[in-house]
Amino acid sequence: MAQQVAPQRAHDAAEIQRHVRRTTFTADILVPALWRSVVKLDPRWMIKNPVMFVVEIGAVLTLLLTIDPTIFGQAAASRGYNAVVTIILIVTVLFANYAEAVAEGRGRAQAATLRRVKKDTPAKRVRANGSIEFVKSTDLRKGDIVLVEVNDLVPGDGDVVEGVAYVNEAAITGESAPVLKRPGTDTQSSVIGGTPVVTDFVKVRISANPGESFLDRMIALVEGARRQKTPNEIALTALLAVLTLIFLVVCVTLVPFAAYLGSPLDVATVIALLVCLIPTTIGGLLSAIGIAGMDRVTRFNVLAMSGRAVEAAGDIDTLLLDKTGTITYGNRLASEFIPIGRFTERDVAEAALLSSLADETVEGRSIVAFATQKGVKQETLMTGHGAGTLIAFSAETRMSGMQLDGMKVMKGAIDAIELLVGIPSEELRRHGARVAGEGGTPLAVAVNNEIRGLVYLKDTVKPGIRERFDDMRRMGIKTVMITGDNPLTAKTIAREAGVDDFVAQAKPEDKIRVIKAEQAEGKLVAMTGDGTNDAPALAQADVAVAMSSGTSAAKEAANMVDLDSDPTKLVDIVQIGKQMLITRGAITTFSIANDVAKYFAIIPAMFVGAFAELQALNVMQLATPQSAILSALVFNAIIIPLLVPLALRGVRYRPTSADALLLRNVAIYGLGGIVAPFIGIKIIDIVIAPFVGKL
Amino acid sequence: MLADWIQIAIVLAIILVLVRPMGSYMYAVFTGKRTFLDRLLGPVDRVIYRIGGIDPTVQQTWWPYARAMLVTNAVMFVMLFVILLTQQYLPLNPDGMGAIDPFLAFNTAASFVTNTNWQAYGGESTLSYFSQLFAIIFPMFTSAATGLACGIAFIRGLGGSVTLGNFYSDLVRSVTRIMLPISFVAAIAFVALGVPATFEGAATATTLNGPLAATPAPSASPTDISQGTQTIARGDVAPLISIKHLGTNGGGWFNVNSSHPFENPNAVSNVLQNVLMALIPTALIYTLGLMLLRKRQAWTFFWVMAGFFAVFLVIAYLGEVVVNNPILTGAGLDPSQGNMEGKEVRFGQALTALFVTSTTAFTTGTVDAMHDSLTPLASITPISQMFLNMIFGGKGVGFINLIIYAIIGIFLTGLMVGRTPEFLGKKIEVREVKLASLAFLVHPFLILGAMAVTFALQLDLSSIPNPSFHGFSEAMYAYASGAANNGSAFAGLNANTPWWNASLGIVIIVGRYLSILFMLALAGSLAAKRTTPMTVGTMRTDTPLFAGVLSGTIFIVGALTFFAVLALGPIAEHFAMASGKVF
Repeated sequence: MAQQVAPQRAHDAAEIQRHVRRTTFTADILVPALWRSVVKLDPRWMIKNPVMFVVEIGAVLTLLLTIDPTIFGQAAASRGYNAVVTIILIVTVLFANYAEAVAEGRGRAQAATLRRVKKDTPAKRVRANGSIEFVKSTDLRKGDIVLVEVNDLVPGDGDVVEGVAYVNEAAITGESAPVLKRPGTDTQSSVIGGTPVVTDFVKVRISANPGESFLDRMIALVEGARRQKTPNEIALTALLAVLTLIFLVVCVTLVPFAAYLGSPLDVATVIALLVCLIPTTIGGLLSAIGIAGMDRVTRFNVLAMSGRAVEAAGDIDTLLLDKTGTITYGNRLASEFIPIGRFTERDVAEAALLSSLADETVEGRSIVAFATQKGVKQETLMTGHGAGTLIAFSAETRMSGMQLDGMKVMKGAIDAIELLVGIPSEELRRHGARVAGEGGTPLAVAVNNEIRGLVYLKDTVKPGIRERFDDMRRMGIKTVMITGDNPLTAKTIAREAGVDDFVAQAKPEDKIRVIKAEQAEGKLVAMTGDGTNDAPALAQADVAVAMSSGTSAAKEAANMVDLDSDPTKLVDIVQIGKQMLITRGAITTFSIANDVAKYFAIIPAMFVGAFAELQALNVMQLATPQSAILSALVFNAIIIPLLVPLALRGVRYRPTSADALLLRNVAIYGLGGIVAPFIGIKIIDIVIAPFVGKL
Repeated sequence: MLADWIQIAIVLAIILVLVRPMGSYMYAVFTGKRTFLDRLLGPVDRVIYRIGGIDPTVQQTWWPYARAMLVTNAVMFVMLFVILLTQQYLPLNPDGMGAIDPFLAFNTAASFVTNTNWQAYGGESTLSYFSQLFAIIFPMFTSAATGLACGIAFIRGLGGSVTLGNFYSDLVRSVTRIMLPISFVAAIAFVALGVPATFEGAATATTLNGPLAATPAPSASPTDISQGTQTIARGDVAPLISIKHLGTNGGGWFNVNSSHPFENPNAVSNVLQNVLMALIPTALIYTLGLMLLRKRQAWTFFWVMAGFFAVFLVIAYLGEVVVNNPILTGAGLDPSQGNMEGKEVRFGQALTALFVTSTTAFTTGTVDAMHDSLTPLASITPISQMFLNMIFGGKGVGFINLIIYAIIGIFLTGLMVGRTPEFLGKKIEVREVKLASLAFLVHPFLILGAMAVTFALQLDLSSIPNPSFHGFSEAMYAYASGAANNGSAFAGLNANTPWWNASLGIVIIVGRYLSILFMLALAGSLAAKRTTPMTVGTMRTDTPLFAGVLSGTIFIVGALTFFAVLALGPIAEHFAMASGKVF
């Protein structure tokens, strides 16, 4: 049956990461980002990032000191030293800007492609009296009806109300084959603005005002222009701002303390300490992480309406999944041949294959494929029996088959076949009851009025889905399957797919009921949907992914749209959301842990001139005070570009329990964050010490 | 040295054994369960409620609760201030104590109403018995009860209750069910151990020198022993020192506090005081476990605090006894006997180190040795514990600081499990992070800010008797003690000047009430949130792993904030001492 199955899209997290790695660092993104990072030095832009803004102010102060070393009173540091500090500070800010610019670059490139799609197309608006007027697509309003004929571009998002046509949506979804559009169906009536109609004509009711269309939102999102900080990002920014404030107090108050102790500090060194202590690493990379997270979702051909939605995906407790299309293929496929009496499995397989030769239904083709897979050769069987004729299925006989030369092979419902052969079989019924009990469909097969056995047809779980649900369980996410099937069938599929819970004989309104029940327990729920009757549930869910093939209502109610219309992607979206949060946490932890080593570099260096006893704190044995301070500052700057790849690609993530993740990440980014700068600063000191002496 | 550790172990064992019974008792008191004292004290409560016009059943959300606390404390502050200013006109003044300087009265009223008990005066030479009773002992009960009430209210918020209880009821029950009965018993024990309890004025004794003295001076001062007579201050000491420790207050009757033989006569009274000050702060963590139905969580917090306590205890002990001290060797002393300067022989090194650690961990501020005389290394213990301000802490307020660190730690590291960080089933979001960081900001801001103003504007710097690093530590200790509402003093510093009195008074008030406000707001915010169920995807906060993460956060965030000033104070002094230099 394998050949019946459309090749499963390989899209696990590792696959995306490989893809991201291939496409992140190309010259057309890296080079324009250089200029963008200089433009971003504008204080009006910088003030949005309090941590880096402090660094920029520091750079301005040291620049003043470079021009006039005595501008703030006592001249403790040389002009050369001030100049070097200034340069390092500016480079630090540029590095942070560069990280953001690179992250944005990828989106810009994509937005440019999309903009080409979005032309100001002429539209043929249908007046109330049925006549046509030509207007610009930007003048169209929600509710207008437009006529789109062959080779026209669909002027805006909408639903087909009349006509049938093929539309090429390759620019949006990447699907190269034109898609059939017709009115009145949930999945085929929605059209996207900017896509060309390649055959026939349709009338479309516009569903979005200019600037609010799917394409507009998509461009704004990938470009990051209207990027709003996610709640979590705002909370982290607040914490970073308070930490910055504390370190500002720590550093500023050191000035009178040092003066009291008789060792006045020079301003450049105080600024250097401040910049080293404030969390510049995460401050510089924070927005890049957010943009990259969105970008990962976009590349995955999912359009998230907001970063908030992606972040919420990481928090999901319950996944609500439709059985059909998500967990199973939705068709009943042959999965077993059950012989009775003297017959063998092979006998049943042969008979089943023959009976289905001319059967073009999915079930029939699955029987042929399954029998072939079992080693039955059609040619051998046919030898000597002629071409045969089809005995078509009818509601009256409830069976179908083939009339061959000297052989009549029939398959159908058990009672129908029994009626045909005239002999009821206890054994057949027993097997039949078992199959039905497991939610499958039994088909009896008879050759020349002799029953050979049963074909077991069942709804088949997509390969690999069970493993994904196991991953979910390891992450603590509950999976709930929703199906219209009877409880028996539902139970079988649920067991095979490994979902935690299921709702059988579900009506559309059951989805919203399940979501509300889960939410009442404080859980966040994610679901996918495509139909108009899914819209209320999509609106209720915390993360709702609409299929691109779905209705406008579904897409509007959702906070993400999957351009590939693959409901299984929900699982990947959850992982991307988690990865984004982990990356943010890891770099924050690393950034703060780094401060320990920086203290040990700078504090002795600040005071050792006046108080020789503090040399004992110089555990890294850094060469000179100036070299120690500059080494810490240089480390602080270069760690930003070194972590850019991590920020953009995301921390490696494997589905596992929270405690296991915490242990691993604390070990790498917490302990690593303490140790790494001791080594890094020492190495930089060894390299720069010979030059620092000349300042 | 082994004997030292055995002594310490015995005291700690007593403290540990009392955690469960005391915690369970407090749980009963604050969840309205019946206690054995209800029959006796229930009517007392009712009289208080009737006089105050209080309906103890009214449930208050965080702001009404905080407002009730602020108003009650403001009234008490004014009362203390007036009593101190007018003590010369008030009764119970057998020794004829005179007027108190307004700055000192402000400082003292602020200090005692907030459970700080910073004393810029010497009790036996400044205060009348009336002042001792109503401006010192009275607020020792109410300030401890205020802190405990806020702590309990905070726990209720963590437990998800939007109403945090009734402040008046919590205050009254803290006093009548916990503070009064235990202090009553402890005071009798202290009397038995030799602590005076009398309203008679100072005694005058004739010294051995007396009969030989030719002309006795008209007014003898305690130091004028050569004059032939000695004035021996006394008073109603026993009740004060029982609540002083039980309420983690720390304000002494005498200037030298619990190193005075009348305030702490022997090793047994010393241990009793140590146990009393640990009693409520340690047990409160157990109460938290019972109230939240999360005992594992409570023990996780307990052992994090206990771990820090142990480390600082070892530092205090090693700094005094083990680490080579060239000054002692140079003076021809046996360094293995430890640095006994400023310590009482009747307590010895081990119990002193434990007392130093306890008084700053439990934010008591009582001292049985002069902290100024600690070696620089050992002095890191009291200073750092006041900086961190989360190692058990005083009545309720201390452990809330641990929660602040926990929230910051959970937010920093919790993201690494790929979910919005959660604590006790509540998501830590923008509002919680802001409140927790602001609450965290108050402490360093006050300490470093007040120090910076003092040094930058050179205000009353002549109060600092020792130059350089040690003098720096003295000023740092004073503001840390004030901001942490600890009240212990490094001594040395002459704090009774207008600037020190005023600035410390302000630091004390802001350190107390602003922190409590942020914390109660945080409790209200957490309580109002939807509870998220636990899954394997949730970061657990009751595991050894989390204990490690929390300890790391406290160490790094705390160290990052205060490492620079510690380096300029005790650390620099330590290395200086190692090279034979003292200040």
